[in-house]
Amino acid sequence: MLNQNLKLNTKIFNKDVEKITTRQGFGEGLLQAGMENENIMALCADLTESTKTNLFADKFPDRFIQVGVAEQNLASVASGIASMGKIPFITSFAIFSPGRNWEQIRTTICYDNQPVKIMGSHAGLSVGPDGGSHQILEDIALTRVMPNMVVISPCDAIEAQKATIACAKTKDPTYIRLARNNTPIITTIDTPFEIGKAQIVFVPEAGLAHVGIIATGPILYRAILAAHELEKRGIKVKVMNLSTIKPLDKEAVVALAKETKAIVTCEDHQVAGGMGSVVSECLAQVYPVPIEFVGVRDQFGQSGTPEELEKHYGVDTPNIIERVEKVLKRKI
Amino acid sequence: MKETLTDEKIKDLKQKANDIRKSIIEMLLASGSGHTAGPLGMADIFTLLYFHALKHDSKNPLWVSRDRLVVSNGHICPVLYATMAHAGYFPKEELQTLRKFGSRLQGHPHRQYLPFVETSSGPLGSGLSQAIGMAIADRIYGGEKTIYAILSDGEHDEGNTWEAIMLASKEKLHNLIVIVDRNKIQIEGNTERVMPLGDLKDKYKEFGWNAQEVDGHDFWAINNAIYKANKNKGSPSVIIAHTIPGRGVKEWENDYHWHGKAPNKAEAEMALVELNKIHA
Repeated sequence: MLNQNLKLNTKIFNKDVEKITTRQGFGEGLLQAGMENENIMALCADLTESTKTNLFADKFPDRFIQVGVAEQNLASVASGIASMGKIPFITSFAIFSPGRNWEQIRTTICYDNQPVKIMGSHAGLSVGPDGGSHQILEDIALTRVMPNMVVISPCDAIEAQKATIACAKTKDPTYIRLARNNTPIITTIDTPFEIGKAQIVFVPEAGLAHVGIIATGPILYRAILAAHELEKRGIKVKVMNLSTIKPLDKEAVVALAKETKAIVTCEDHQVAGGMGSVVSECLAQVYPVPIEFVGVRDQFGQSGTPEELEKHYGVDTPNIIERVEKVLKRKI
Repeated sequence: MKETLTDEKIKDLKQKANDIRKSIIEMLLASGSGHTAGPLGMADIFTLLYFHALKHDSKNPLWVSRDRLVVSNGHICPVLYATMAHAGYFPKEELQTLRKFGSRLQGHPHRQYLPFVETSSGPLGSGLSQAIGMAIADRIYGGEKTIYAILSDGEHDEGNTWEAIMLASKEKLHNLIVIVDRNKIQIEGNTERVMPLGDLKDKYKEFGWNAQEVDGHDFWAINNAIYKANKNKGSPSVIIAHTIPGRGVKEWENDYHWHGKAPNKAEAEMALVELNKIHA
């Protein structure tokens, strides 16, 4: 059952659960952050509307810079702006930023520890018909390896909005991973959010859980559906929303591993180097337990509907259930 | 920014630049690695900037109203460090720690170690972008500063540089002055052989910049160009400074092999003897 303490969306199991894009949540969050702080700026590489940066740009044209299709420039101009005391948000598709401009982000943003906020939209398979060239499945890996960087992958539009507002108040270089498509609303405006804090969103009716699912991004919805289904089969599950991938909430991850002794990680990203790797690196050192990974396995995506792709690449709800069954068999 | 440069002042600057060149040789000898040609070639321009043109205060390095100087081609940092030491930012003795473990003088500038540098640099092609960001922010704050960026000619091979050139022009950043070290060498040889750059002044002009060309060793001409650039409104300014890599040590001048190596003891001694003769 849903963890009532977090005031989550009670309509989550309804067929007609409300769906909004995480980029919409970001756009509204940026606008709000801009209203609260005049030092907030935004820069975009010719994708203002797609990234919902237009909400800010329309309201604050003097604090918005259109750099054209030039993501390397996007990142390093923002570094210069940040060095003068501003908080710039840079927005594009994740494949281009942090994809194309990784070295500029490393040197001019992270190496100099400038408070630039990088919004990468259209991440993951859910881009669908655009095809594999645009379905970045490597961005978590790219960003989490950089010192000073904070990496956040919000589960829904509301959390994306909160994450945007929260990161506008920090001095850290930050990457926020956003998706293109409408995805179910999991949280509510009353759900607490703090950068670096994981949350248990689904708990057994009673007793200890047999398995812990850790999910990041909108795939959290499918993890909750899987847990709901497993619950009916008598398998007790806890589901964690790990929206901040870096810094990792080690305490929460280890506590879940200690309780369940079996973990499944879920992400719309390559298994290699992603959130599952982060969790594994932590547990291998502190409290090793069997782990199964739901994610893309060393492949590029292709055109198709998000549902077709989720099934084909093994990141849909039945796949999560399968991985849970598998990890339970490995449990010592 | 001062227009005038008296003969007396030019004489002082020449002496200072020569001292800085000697420091460069000494620090490269101590480090055993690093870049020689570019730093020697840019010594006159750095001297003019730090001892005449820049609005800065070595005793208050983080003074908010200071002009900003972004050194995009971080590999020429021996000249930056030497000039800063001579200008009083830190003791000259510290120059001997260049590239050594624990030193503030990293092989390429790192702002975390030496906060007096505006940006960390090394990977080429992003310094102009950073300077543009500073110029945009300065405009919002009211535009009281000049943002200077030093670029190498070789880093015009980088696409990022041209992305930045377009944006500066679009944003009409007249508070931005770029000085290009047009020394015509890069690590693998002559720039026109590695990747022809052609007439950089014309190229910048085509992109909407106010462009000038000067002899990068003529203090009066450089100062005049900087003065004119500061007066220019409505567009960013570039000064293509023709410099001689290895300047001051005849045996090394215009030889691209000196781009990325440091002198050994004998070579350094020879160079110091030569530099000592200039203002004996």
